Amino acid sequence: MRSGDFKTSYREDIAILQTTFVKVCIGIFIVALVGAVLIADNYFIYIVNLCAIATIGALGLNIITGLAGQISIGHAGFLAIGAYASALLLKNGVPFLISIALAGFITTISGFIVGIPSLRLKGLYLAITTFAFGFVVEHLANIWVSLTNGANGLMVLPASILGFTFDSDRSFFFLVFPITILAVLYTRNLVRSKVGRAWIAIRDRDIAAQTMGISLSWYKLSAFAVSSFYAGIAGALYGHYMQFIGPTHFELYLSVQYLAMIIIGGLGSVLGTIFGAVFMTILPELLKYIPDLFRQSYPVIVERFADINLILYGMLIMLFVIIEPKGLYGIWNNVKTYWRMWPYTH
Amino acid sequence: MLPESVGNFMQLVLNGLAVGSIYASVALGLVIIYKATDVFNFAQGELMTLGAFVCYFFIVQMHIPVGWAILITFFATALIGLVIEELFFKPMVGEPIFSVIMVTVGLSVFLKGIIGFSWGNLIKKFPPFVSEAPITFFGFVISPVQLATIVITAFLITIFALFFKYTDLGIGMRAVANDQDAALLMGIGVRKIFGLSWAISAVVAALGGVLLSNIMYLHPSLSSVGIKVFPAVVLGGLDSIPGAIVGGVIIGVVENIAGGYLGGDIKEITSFIILIAILMIKPYGLFGKEEIERV
Repeated sequence: MRSGDFKTSYREDIAILQTTFVKVCIGIFIVALVGAVLIADNYFIYIVNLCAIATIGALGLNIITGLAGQISIGHAGFLAIGAYASALLLKNGVPFLISIALAGFITTISGFIVGIPSLRLKGLYLAITTFAFGFVVEHLANIWVSLTNGANGLMVLPASILGFTFDSDRSFFFLVFPITILAVLYTRNLVRSKVGRAWIAIRDRDIAAQTMGISLSWYKLSAFAVSSFYAGIAGALYGHYMQFIGPTHFELYLSVQYLAMIIIGGLGSVLGTIFGAVFMTILPELLKYIPDLFRQSYPVIVERFADINLILYGMLIMLFVIIEPKGLYGIWNNVKTYWRMWPYTH
Repeated sequence: MLPESVGNFMQLVLNGLAVGSIYASVALGLVIIYKATDVFNFAQGELMTLGAFVCYFFIVQMHIPVGWAILITFFATALIGLVIEELFFKPMVGEPIFSVIMVTVGLSVFLKGIIGFSWGNLIKKFPPFVSEAPITFFGFVISPVQLATIVITAFLITIFALFFKYTDLGIGMRAVANDQDAALLMGIGVRKIFGLSWAISAVVAALGGVLLSNIMYLHPSLSSVGIKVFPAVVLGGLDSIPGAIVGGVIIGVVENIAGGYLGGDIKEITSFIILIAILMIKPYGLFGKEEIERV
């Protein structure tokens, strides 16, 4: 009898879903989630939808930052470009499926514009450039009034496919959920492929990777392009879901939120990204209850609540990097290992 | 009397010099940390804003005379720099540079939250410490604050040049920047130097913040000056102190000229365009070590 999980072929070793147990778990999870969405109230579905959109965006950031090891601090800029592109295309009569795909490609091209000068150099240049890029996009969204309607924001048409309009929370779930599953599977697939291994090699030791024949500039650029594409799709979905976008939705704050997602979730891990996206989406919703507690005694806490969020996010990022760099995924793994070995942990 | 177009141009250059010298002092702080500890500090803009608010606190809320308040601000921000280094960056010694950068990003958001929470998000006017009547010479108008900014920054730069050249600590800092292991073997307290560079950097940033909020206004969003300072540092060469100063001044002047002729909207993104251009043409900047490799 087999007394453990042994791989007897290469195909088994690289399988996306490793064991029957995992397959069953994920099946149950998907069925339970769809079932819950069918019966739950709109607020629950709203949170689930936001988690799904955040997962797509965070997967993109995790590809460039977690897998390829290049820091990007301007993710909000790419989300904004995707959101505005898709919104404007749909408004001008382009069908939804084409507009969202085009939004992805436009974002990818803007990724090239930022990536080509900064990624061919070693070091922090991508971090510096993307940091500035995030500001520039936010600024452009404010001043390019003829295109973006400036600070007043833009009304966005809801997504529709073949005459069916996804304008309620519940119907939108059935649009965003398949896309999220696709994004997750595609990322898992990338990680186990040649491209994904090349990215990880560059992250771990670029000189060694180069010696093995990996073209550093090409693979770094491709990681950034894929990352921008994900961001564009996530931004577009966000716009069509909220049906309103403005420059304030895409501030530096959002980039930091996404960075927090992948750091708290676990850099370079797909499951970790989902953990992080869900955690960082639910956390602000939970925090909304705090001002109610202090409304009477400390009105200042209510007034400056956004700043408390910032303090908390900053603390979380620093604490996770310093104390648990593997993030929630690392904690999850430790717990799993502990119980698998229990009671013979050592 | 000069023709009006030339006069206009000179006026823009003059305004640019004043703002540029502030960028230079913030950039100086950035480079000091980068040289000594290899950390690119994304929280430099927030350190600057924090310094300005601390000074505001002492002058307006504690009613301390301006001169003393500024002095106390310097000590307070030096202490803040030391504490930040001790709490967040001591544990990161020897960790991958990637993680350290992430800590600075977290720190920047954290400080931004602290500033907003402590002082609110309304625009404040910094109490002017020189007269506000503009001075006119040779047909140019310059406000005393701008003049003071240029003079103070020039003075500061001279002090630092002497400090790095002649004092033991300055030489120690340069040694650490040059080769950490060798400096350690020579008996230089590398950890002490790390703390010191954070303290100095915080003080220089605070000075920049006080001057900037005098020229403009006081608001947590001042920290977005980072978008101007980072291109300045890249232009000067990441690890060069003269480079930081020249880069800061150039960015300030070019940005003002662009703003004057192309409109204020373009002004804000000029530095970003410059950044992309430098990375394309001369990625190690004007004075940086040419060890940057293309891949």
